[in-house]
Parts: sequence; structure tokens; C-alpha cells
Amino acid sequence: MAQPLVKKDDDRDDEADYSPFLGIEKGAVLQEARVFNDPQLDPRRCSQVITKLLYLLNQGETFTKVEATEVFFAVTKLFQSKDTGLRRMVYLMIKELSPSADEVIIVTSSLMKDMNSKTDMYRANAIRVLCRITDGTLLTQIERYLKQAIVDKNPVVASAALVSGVHILQTNPEIVKRWSNEVQEAVQSRAALVQFHALALLHQIRQNDRLAVSKLVTSLTRGTVRSPLAQCLLIRYTSQVIRESSQNSQTGDRPFYDYLEACLRHKAEMVIFEAARAITELSGVTSRELTPAITVLQLFLSSSKPVLRFAAVRTLNKVAMTHPLAVTNCNIDMESLISDQNRSIATLAITTLLKTGNESSVDRLMKQITNFMSDIADEFKIVVVEAIRSLCLKFPLKYRSLMNFLSNILREEGGFEYKKAIVDSIVILIRDIPDAKESGLFHLCEFIEDCEFTYLSTQILHFLGNEGPKTSDPSKYIRYIYNRVILENPTVRASAVSTLAKFGALVDALKPRIFVLLRRCLFDSDDEVRDRATLYLNTLGADGFVGETEKDVKEFLFDSLDVPLVNLQTSLQNYEPSEEPFDISSVPREVKTQPLAEKKATGKKPAGLGAPPSGPPSTVDAYEKLLSSISEFSSFGKLFKSSAPVELTEAETEYAVNVVKHIYDGHVVFQYNCTNTIPTQLLENVTVFVDSSEAEEFEEVVSKPLRTLPYDSPGQTFVAFGKPEGVPAVGKFSNVLKFIVKEVDSSGEADDDGVEDEYQLEDLEVVPADYMLKVGVANFRNAWESMGDDCERVDEYGLGVRESLAEAVSAVINILGMQPCEGTENVPNNSRSHNCLLSGVFIGNIRVLVRLAFGIDGRQVAMKLSVRSEDQSISDAIHDIVANG
Amino acid sequence: MNLHVIIQESFPTIKNILLLDSEGKRVAVKYYSDDWPTLDAKLSFEKSIFAKTMKTNARTEAEITMFDDYIVVYKFVQDLHFFVTGGSEENELILASVLQGFYDAIGLLLRNSVDKRTALENLDLILLCIDEIVDGGIILETDGSAIAGKVASNGIDGGASLSEQTISQALATAREHLARSLLK
Repeated sequence: MAQPLVKKDDDRDDEADYSPFLGIEKGAVLQEARVFNDPQLDPRRCSQVITKLLYLLNQGETFTKVEATEVFFAVTKLFQSKDTGLRRMVYLMIKELSPSADEVIIVTSSLMKDMNSKTDMYRANAIRVLCRITDGTLLTQIERYLKQAIVDKNPVVASAALVSGVHILQTNPEIVKRWSNEVQEAVQSRAALVQFHALALLHQIRQNDRLAVSKLVTSLTRGTVRSPLAQCLLIRYTSQVIRESSQNSQTGDRPFYDYLEACLRHKAEMVIFEAARAITELSGVTSRELTPAITVLQLFLSSSKPVLRFAAVRTLNKVAMTHPLAVTNCNIDMESLISDQNRSIATLAITTLLKTGNESSVDRLMKQITNFMSDIADEFKIVVVEAIRSLCLKFPLKYRSLMNFLSNILREEGGFEYKKAIVDSIVILIRDIPDAKESGLFHLCEFIEDCEFTYLSTQILHFLGNEGPKTSDPSKYIRYIYNRVILENPTVRASAVSTLAKFGALVDALKPRIFVLLRRCLFDSDDEVRDRATLYLNTLGADGFVGETEKDVKEFLFDSLDVPLVNLQTSLQNYEPSEEPFDISSVPREVKTQPLAEKKATGKKPAGLGAPPSGPPSTVDAYEKLLSSISEFSSFGKLFKSSAPVELTEAETEYAVNVVKHIYDGHVVFQYNCTNTIPTQLLENVTVFVDSSEAEEFEEVVSKPLRTLPYDSPGQTFVAFGKPEGVPAVGKFSNVLKFIVKEVDSSGEADDDGVEDEYQLEDLEVVPADYMLKVGVANFRNAWESMGDDCERVDEYGLGVRESLAEAVSAVINILGMQPCEGTENVPNNSRSHNCLLSGVFIGNIRVLVRLAFGIDGRQVAMKLSVRSEDQSISDAIHDIVANG
Repeated sequence: MNLHVIIQESFPTIKNILLLDSEGKRVAVKYYSDDWPTLDAKLSFEKSIFAKTMKTNARTEAEITMFDDYIVVYKFVQDLHFFVTGGSEENELILASVLQGFYDAIGLLLRNSVDKRTALENLDLILLCIDEIVDGGIILETDGSAIAGKVASNGIDGGASLSEQTISQALATAREHLARSLLK
């Protein structure tokens, strides 16, 4: 055996690029395919031509429709040959060509003949080919044969039919469902793989029937399952049953746990692993339940097979997120994996160790990681950096060695994403660990001295401007910042100028020196840099300019823009140059929230359903314009907020009405948007009669009827109420639509005589959230701290049994009607606690910030609500909203 | 119809089987998933997975990596690189058993001279072999000799049963005939 092998290696040098398909060309092969039409077929030659055709397809070559049809018809001729080898290639070729429906008919009879052949290989393959290319209509014809094939004594034929059944189930479920009895029989088959395929198909057929799946699992876990693959399936289905039953079972022993635990002692590794993984993923798994699974995974860690080590360490890594203590036993095995040849395994081992490590092991661990970092890819490095960040937050005392580590890797080579992960981590450490501030800022300064990423440089400069002036020796940062003005591109230079100005504003001692530096920037080659320098010199009061008051300067430099950028842009575009300067307070603050459905649709192609319904204008600007054009409302002052439309009728009723609530300081205006959906009617003098007996603080002041409401042309009627000034009054209103109906004949003329009629609408409520504007803040933490705790109120609430943590979080956000900040409205799956940050402006232009801390135990949710605002009574009011919600 | 969306997790599915040469070029590939809809998408996946794994030593034991949210198990023999890809939640050991079956079957079919040249000379056997391992993403068979047996039985004229000839004998005739004529 060894002899010819060596020889082969010798002559390979001469023909290194040798391939039997060298110089192959599509046109020539298609010509060759004519041999398929020869009256005297040469099976061997035909096989070779098919192989060449398949080679072309495999290399990515495509056939035109005409070419494919020609080849297909030629191939069908080959069914005449009795050569089994050729027949096998014909099957393969037909599958690759995926013929069209009218072509399929040509081969159907040949394939059906093969399905009834005595040769097992013919039967098995003909079933697979026919089921792959056929459509629903033909299925009914062959259904009988397929049912027989499922219980065929030849396992290959049975498997072919069962696997085809799984495919057909996706398109023609009703047909496959009729095979249940046969499939059930096949589940009992003695052939290992038939049982596997039958089990898969049976579960697919019954997956929506919980009871049936539960019965299947119960009977099989007691019976014999022959192949490891089938055993893996059964473990998955068992977990599914456990998942679904745990929702209504009381405490006590978990059903089927014993079965999973027994599978840990199976002889096949794939079954052991499947069972171990299933146990770790049980919801609310106890440490007693976990122990045996962890033990087998630990054994896998020292296996000689990389796949086994990988599978084990990946699973343990996931367990470490929720049950770090359960994994600590594996730490010694895990540490030896840090030097694993396979870098995926090494990275998973490190991140697991970082999650489970204790304070004393940090230093040793960091040493090991340092050696390892240089030879892994960026994507792994990012994972490690993130793990180190959370470790540091867990053990703040260890910040020194962790910060050192971060600064070291920051100096090494790396791509943008990696560097960004490091910078983000340092920034978070600086923010959360006060002791780490000075050294962290210093590392960042070092980094921007030689940073190729403009984005990171500007981010760091911005951060430096906020944090640097508050350190013990702000002057030492100036050098790094001014170097940027000299050395960098315009974007970075402009950021550096802003940062200098911030130092100048906060540190009086540095002011004169900052002025010198800023004046030099006046000669910069870039407009933006010069403009900024001029602006800051003016605002800071250099050169005897009349400076702004100190408070204004600081607000200007440090507060984030409190209007949404989109709104500012629209307002600026609408502003016409005139004597009157642009007033930033005229920019609307409401963040336009898109309906959820619409948000999901973006990114995909615009679906008909996702398109916003045409109708009355819905933006704040448009509302303001509409309302100010109505004289009765002009005395109400500035519009504070307009709600989203609330439907007052069911869909597809005669008259469709929704309402928008417009909130003013001392008034509320209901705008009823009405649509008449009856072509034969014209409505006149349309009003809404509002009964406010359940809204004591409100008093109707004016009602503005709609003169006519023709078919399918929406119109508005308004009702305005007075309410106590600045008070978030709430109440319930019942509504009746009143109008005069006139019949419209086919020519479109309305009768002269109308009939008075009325139409009951649904009730409408004014709720506290109507008095809250969704206004976000860029940096919640800064805003929270600068607000101070003068008007803070903190309290705890039990929210009772909730479906999930996420549901509880979104319910509270909705009740308050505030803007979630920093993505905290998203609750990660399976978390047991969550923090949510909200911001808003309450009526009377009072800024409100809210911190919510949620915890879930079982399904009981508790919440700590901290409110800060500029007014104690508002902080109390927010608590009242939650207490009454 | 996208099999993978519907039956995700409820049963093991294979996303693709790749056999590449030592430069990352295709010898034979088969995709079972719509995750790579175009030829370009497929080629770029092959290119990245090849680049990511080429420096590793996957000659004695099958190796494994996470890549773009897929699990890829792989093994190298001579100038051939075998890959099997599954979803990120797939049982790694099941994927490894498919890879092992693929690799064992090819070894039997090529009579242990597993290299690119022999593979191309017997491309029909390779393609039939892949066809017998996975059908539309569903695992058909993972035992190497069973797979090879199914493929080899086709090479014998007149449907003679395996017991009459050994697999390797049967293959020898089939293989040599094809190789010669392709060389012409």
C-alpha cells in the first residue's frame, strides 16, 4: 500500500496542477451530452459526462433555462439503461437540475416504476428524487407507495420515505399527517436510523399537540431507543415537555429529570453531552440538579478530542453566567485549557474563568491572559476585554492590575472594534471606580497620542473635557490635547478645541493659558476649527468681550443638547432669516416614536401593512399648526403635548373615529378624527357629545362641530375642556357621535332632508402619561448627578405576579409615558433583575429622571422607584402614578 | 421552504458539507440551507472558513471552531480539507459524527489514497457519498462503512449484491475505468 503512494508523490511534482477536469468547458460538455441520445447507450461514457456536468455545477457554473431543459430531456433517455451505476448518477443529476413542473411529468412514470422496483437502491433513491422535485398534486398519486415504503423491511427505503416525509410536511402537512400510523410503527423499528427518522417525523407531525408529545416522550423514555441520534432527539423532546409542564406544576421533583440524568451514563458521547446540556438549560435549575451534568462536562474538558473540549467549555461558559459557583469546581481543568492549541477553546476557557474567578485569583489569571492575547484574533480579544470589564466591576479593588492590562493591550496592534471595546471598558471603569479615574485618563491620553481612529480620538477628547477639569491637576492634560490641534485632521482638531474650552471654563487658573492656545487656533486652515475657537473665545469672555454668565457658559459647554437633533434640523430648515433670531426653545422636544410594526418593517422592503395609514397629519408640528389656526384655542397658550391617536371604534364599522388628546397648561383639547365609510351617506353638523361626569376637574369650554363629513374623506371635530392650571388632572370621558344623516343617490346628490342620529363611541381617558413628554438625555448618569437629590423620592413597590420581567418593565414605562434611556428598556432573556433609566418633561416644563430597579422571584416582581426632578411635588406625583397604576 | 427555520432545534440539521483542496478551492460542496443564497455568498463563506482554519492542525483529531454564528467541524487529510457546518445551537458531537462518517466513507471509497487528485478522478463517488450522508439538511447516515457500502453498490453492473465482491474490488474496477476515460 505504501509503495504506490510514494510513487504518486514523486510524479506529482511534474504535474502539480493536474486535474482530470483541466480545461473543461461548458459548451463542449453540453455537446458531449448528446451521447445520451445514442440508440446504443454506453453507460460508462454517459456516467462520465454526467460527472462532468455535475462538476461544472459544483464549481458554480450555471446552465441557461434552455441548456438545463435540453440536458434534462437527454438525461431522461438514460432510464432505458439497466446499468445501476448510471441510474444512480441520473438520480443525482435530476435532483441538481431541479426541473420545472411540466418537466417533472416526463420522469414521473420512470421514477414511479423505480419506486416499485425489486432493487432496494432503486426504491430508496426514486423516493428521494420524486419527493424532492414533485409538487402537491402528484403527491396524492404516490402517497400509497410512500406509506408502504415507510414500513418497508429495508431500512434504507424506510429512511428515504421518512426523511422525504419531513420535507413534504413543510409544504403539504395535511398529506403527511395521514401517515401517522405507519410512522408510529416505524418508531418501533429495529433499525437504528429508521427509528431516528421516524421519531423526527412523528414529532414534527405532533409538535403542536402538547399532550401527544408528552405521551410520546413518556412511552419512549421507558422503552428502547436504538441509535444515539434518536436518543438525542428524545432528550430534546423531553426538555420541551419539561419546559411546558413546569409552567403549571407545583414545586417538587421535576418530571423526567431521572431520565436525563440516566442519559449522562449512556455509552455514546453525543448522548451524554446532549443530556448534560439539556440539564444545564432547565429553567430554574437547582445546584443539586446541575451537579451530575457539570461532573460529566468536567471530564470532557480533559478529553483528547478538541470537539469534546469545545462542547464542554462552551456549555460551562453559559452555565457560568447564571450559576458561577457550580462551575468553580472545573477551574483547574479550565486553566489548563488557556494554552489549548484550539484558540476558540482557549478563549471560552478564559472568559469562563473570568466569570467564576475570585478576587485572589485575578492577578494570576491576568498574567496568563497577557501571554495569550498576542496570538488570538481580534474577535476573541473583544470577548476577553468584555469579560475583563465585568470582572473589574465585580472586584473594584483589583482595578489596578486590570487597568494595567487594558492599557497594555491598548498599545498593541488591533482593529477598530477591538480598540473601541478597550476604550469603552476604560471609560466605564473611570466612571464607576473613582480611584481608577486619574490613571485611566492618563492611559487614554497616551492612546490618542498615536491613534489612527478619528472616531475614538474625538470620543476620548469629549470625555476628557468632561472629566479632566475635575481632577487634582488638570493642567497636565493640556499638552496632550493641544498636541491634537497641531498634529491631527480637522475633525480631531475641532474636538480638541472644544475640549480646551471646557478646561478653560472650569479651571480659572488655566483660563489665560487656554486663551493663548485658542487664539492660535484662529489661524487654523479649517473653517470649523476657526469657528469653534472664535465662538469659545467669545463665550469665555476673552479679549474683553462681554462674556456670558458663568452658568450659561457651563450649560452651553457641558449640557447635552436637550432637543432631539431631527427636530432641531427641521426647525432650522423652516427658519427664515429675519430680524428675529432663531429661538432654540421653539424647537419641539417630543421624540416622535414610530409605531412598533413600522419599526420592524424598516430594513426589510416596505410592506403594504407596515405603511403608515393615510389620514390626518400626525406630527407635533402639524398639530400645532392645525390648532393655532382655530381661533377658539388661540388663547390656550403653548401646546405641551399631543398624544398618539386612540381608536374609539372597532375596525370596519360604519364610522371610524379616533381621538388625539392635546394637552395645554390649563386646557385639554380632544381632536376627534372621523371617517364616514358608507358611500350612500353624507353626514352634516357632526359633533361629539362628551359626558365628563367621571372627570370632575374638567369643564367643557367649547365644542367645534364639523360641518359636513362626506364618504371616505376624513374630517375633524374638536371639544375643549378647561382644567386647573398646571395640574395633571385625570378622568374618564364617555363619547357619543351626533350628526344629521342625508342619503346620497347614485348621481352623488344628497337629499335635502336629513335625519338626526347618534353613534356610541368608546370611552376615553386622560391619564398621567398624557402630561409627560418623552424627552431623552444623552448621558443619564451626568444628568442624574447634576439634578441632585434635593427633590428625590425613593420607594419600593410590589408589582405582583407578572408574565415576565420584560413585561413588567414595559408596563411601568407605559404607565409613566417616559423616554427610556441608553437602551435600558430591553430586558435580556432570563435575567432575574433589571435596571431601567427613564427621562421626561412633566407638565409645567419640569424635567424628571427616573431610575427603576426590578427584581423577579418566581413570578413575583418587585420594583424600586427612584425619582429626581426639580420639584418635590412632581417627584411625589410620579410615585402616585405608579402607586395608583 | 426553509427547513432550518421551521425545525430549528427540534432536530439536528446540517447547513453544508464542504470538501476543499489545500488552496481553498472546491473539490465538492453541497449546501442545504438558504443562509448563503448566492454563489458569491457561498464562495466567500468557503474562503473565510478556509483562511480561518488553514493554519490549524486538524490531521489527527477533528477540530472545531465558531464562525459567524455557525459551528464548523473540520479535518484535513493530505491536500484535502473536510468541513461540516451546523447552526450555533447544534450539538457539536453530532456534527463531528457526520464529519467522521464523511471522512471514513471517502477513505474507504478512495482506498485510502485520500488526496485531491484521486478525489477528482472519482468525483462521482464523492458526490454520491455526500448524497448518502445528508438529504436536505437531515442526517441520513453517519457510519462510514454503511455510507461507502451504499455508494459502492451502485458501481456494480447488474445490481450484484455486495457480498459477491468486496467493496474495494468493486471500486477498483469502477474507479480505474472512469479515470482512464477522463484522461483521454
